Amino acid sequence: MRTYAGHSTARDSNVLYRKNLEKGQTGLSVAFDLPTQTGYDPDHELSRGEVGKVGVSIAHKGDMHALLDGIPLGEMNTSMTINATAAWLLALYMTVGEENGVERKVLQGTTQNDIIKEFLSRGTYAFPPGPSMRLIADMIAFTVDEVPKWNPINICSYHLQEAGATPAQEVAYALSTARAVLDQVRERVDEDTFPRVFGRISFFVNAGIRFIEEHAKLRAMARLWEELGRERYGVTDEKMLRFRYGVQVNSLGLTESQPENNVIRIVLEALAVTMGRNARARALQLPAWNEALGLPRPWDQQWSLRIQQILAYETDMLDYPDIFEGSKVMDGLVDELAEAARTEMAVVAEHGGAVEAVDYMKTQLVESHRERVRRIESGELKVIGQNTYTTTEQSPLQTGEDGGILTVDPQVEHAQIAAVHEWRSQRDKEAVDAALTKLAAAARDESQNIMPPTLEAAAAGATTGEWAQTLRDVFGEYRAPTGVQDAAAADDGTLAELREEVERVSEALGRRVKILVGKPGLDGHSNGAEQIAVRARDAGMDVVYQGIRLTPSEIARTAADEGVHVVGLSILSGSHRELIPTVLSELKDAGADVPVVVGGIIPRADEEALLAAGVSRVYTPKDFEISRIMGDIVRLVAERHNVAAAA
Amino acid sequence: MSGRDLGRRLRERDRTAAAPALNLIETRTADGRVQTAALLAEVSPAALGGEAPAHVIGITGPPGAGKSMLLSALVKEWRSRDRSVAVLAVDPSSKRSGGALLGDRARIEHDPRDDGVLIRSTAAGTMLGGLAPPTREAAQALSAAFDIVVVETVGVGQSETDVADLCDTVAVVVQPGAGDVLQFLKAGIMEVPDVLVVTKADLEDIALRARRDLAAALRALDARDTPVVLVSSVPPPSGIDELVDALDAHRAQVDVTASRVRARRLAALAEFTLEHGEIALRALGGKRETQRLLAELDPGKPVAELVGELERQRS
Repeated sequence: MRTYAGHSTARDSNVLYRKNLEKGQTGLSVAFDLPTQTGYDPDHELSRGEVGKVGVSIAHKGDMHALLDGIPLGEMNTSMTINATAAWLLALYMTVGEENGVERKVLQGTTQNDIIKEFLSRGTYAFPPGPSMRLIADMIAFTVDEVPKWNPINICSYHLQEAGATPAQEVAYALSTARAVLDQVRERVDEDTFPRVFGRISFFVNAGIRFIEEHAKLRAMARLWEELGRERYGVTDEKMLRFRYGVQVNSLGLTESQPENNVIRIVLEALAVTMGRNARARALQLPAWNEALGLPRPWDQQWSLRIQQILAYETDMLDYPDIFEGSKVMDGLVDELAEAARTEMAVVAEHGGAVEAVDYMKTQLVESHRERVRRIESGELKVIGQNTYTTTEQSPLQTGEDGGILTVDPQVEHAQIAAVHEWRSQRDKEAVDAALTKLAAAARDESQNIMPPTLEAAAAGATTGEWAQTLRDVFGEYRAPTGVQDAAAADDGTLAELREEVERVSEALGRRVKILVGKPGLDGHSNGAEQIAVRARDAGMDVVYQGIRLTPSEIARTAADEGVHVVGLSILSGSHRELIPTVLSELKDAGADVPVVVGGIIPRADEEALLAAGVSRVYTPKDFEISRIMGDIVRLVAERHNVAAAA
Repeated sequence: MSGRDLGRRLRERDRTAAAPALNLIETRTADGRVQTAALLAEVSPAALGGEAPAHVIGITGPPGAGKSMLLSALVKEWRSRDRSVAVLAVDPSSKRSGGALLGDRARIEHDPRDDGVLIRSTAAGTMLGGLAPPTREAAQALSAAFDIVVVETVGVGQSETDVADLCDTVAVVVQPGAGDVLQFLKAGIMEVPDVLVVTKADLEDIALRARRDLAAALRALDARDTPVVLVSSVPPPSGIDELVDALDAHRAQVDVTASRVRARRLAALAEFTLEHGEIALRALGGKRETQRLLAELDPGKPVAELVGELERQRS
């Protein structure tokens, strides 16, 4: 039992961890900030507004020491949500262990390390797919003997569901990812070791509100996993074939309106992964009820921990053997899902495997998500409190001084920047340079394992940004597919009125209404931006959308040079207070005098500040009707250019 | 801001005039057309005292050939040679809704603070397989203010004709293993480009084979002098400086004045036909007669004035 936590500085997170351990938590789950996840130091331009925001900032081994201070690493099971830079963070963790006299053999934990889903959903990648997969294979080959209790990879179907995947897609894409990883590792370890490698692969899955189907999904996944082990890899040891998974239940379905209902959703979703013993989660993480509003406070997290404790200690769920054994309904559901997933896996294999099929899978996810959004907008899919039963009494939960969420002190960023400067001036520069030179050489030579030089760089005091930049220089930069290009045009007729208005305004302007959809900063959650881009296109606008990770000056320059009439920005990481005003002033400097609308997880207090700063409209998750947003945008453009309203 | 002012500022190589000039050129209202004509008159050979100095380069090739990576590398190389670059990316997507997703396909990495680079994407709109009039006008306008103007399009085959008409140099980009270009070339569906670029040279053997096959096809077409350049955008990038040299070498040997005059006449013919239709063309005595009429007019006149002359002749 644990809650996903970590914020601001290593020292603050350390205090939080110690508190949680006292409350009965049995492991650590470390959340890193976006610069750490994407391999940038706190003083990098792209890090602006993100330092310490969605997790803790770890720039070097000194930060890792502070994070783990006083925590007995030999007894801890530590889960690190880290992917592109997983090799680096594991190296820092091992280094801190070593410098505290803890042998690597006893270290226990997990690095998430699933890069495919970063390209598909979460966006915190750093290197192109090929080299990224090689880093993963290197880590697995290294840890299987050196850090034998470590789960080097935790394949995530979780984020696929968040990006809109259907249950069959979720299973198929996650297992295809596992297959791609295993194929690559197979070349790097000897035959006798391979079954142990297979046994060390674990999964991180999602559980949505359709909790019966979700339970069936897990049973199907376990069946397919065993099949894959036996048939493709010749694994026979039952223990190694077992499907091991942890869960974070669904965040996509959590609502901003009437957020207290989310507690009920979370409980039901937790049941999906616990009620049947044959497919029960090894570890369970529950989101906080108010996640769609902003960063949860310690109290919110405690509430989620209590859900798990009540399920485990008060209910009789754990007293019985598998309660679905022999159930025709459950077996039928499992058969159906397994078959659908097998079919989809075959399509991925036809593309050449998960790495080559990234574009294909991304397009499928954008399509599935669009269908989901459409069903919610039309009311076909009922979401209580959002599109059904929307009237509510005043909630006493959101009236506190802090408005019901946690805010991060912006000073954290300044302090971290000063600290990393200080760190760089104090260390042995020559040792760092020598280690990074070795790292670059290993990166160029596929026959070498990246871990030893990475450990050397960690011990020498290199920074996260230096490690990643060294590899970027060798591997090249990469930009993941957006999946929007091939999204089919909507033709359900609901857009007719909107299209007509876009045509009318375009004709009055003399050229087609043109919108820039931008994602400033390191936040990689692009589902919202993608849906906006596709809908704007379907409404008849010319849409400039360039994917994630843009600096404010890139956005401003593009807006000006592309001659757009309006700019839409999407931020979900909570860095809107820093980034949006910067974008506004950069737009002004670039000579782009256009209305700006913002969408994201934006607390009410910030909404007012953004409007005051010059933003025309702010949209939050409660604004689920995208077509209405489009109507607003066209109106804004018309007003700005003195186009009269339609008669 | 009037079209005349924007044109004058472009002539003075004022970078800040470029985006508003493009906005104006795309504006299809009556006033927009009048202002655009005024703008283009300010950057015409008459106003400039000669053809616009830019090297207008067409870069075309099938989707997935690696054009955006290539352009990112090219832009960097041109900037290191201190040349300013404008890229007009023509996006083929044209959906039932009329809207298009732009910029995603061809995102070109560049320093947003560098005024020497401008990237503009436009939807091809209804001009399937060709260039929309605004693209031609945009290239002409930007030619006055930038050292290099790139017109980037997707396609292999007949769609290059428009690009070839507009540009001083046309480079076709192919990736190794893609046989289309080779087949189109052999079958004569595609005109021989001025430079052939084979991307993904890091795939050593198949890239070399692609170059060999293309070179053989070019020999058979009696175009053995057409350079075939291998480039790789994967670090360490290679071949980019050779490509820039090959583009420069081509430009040095073409008669820019003749090709620009020809381009303006073809544009005038296309625009006249678009505006007034085939009936008007027949009223002038048909396509060949119209071309003859155009050839008699002042070669330095901007397109709009050529079209105006044709309109007067018709009435």
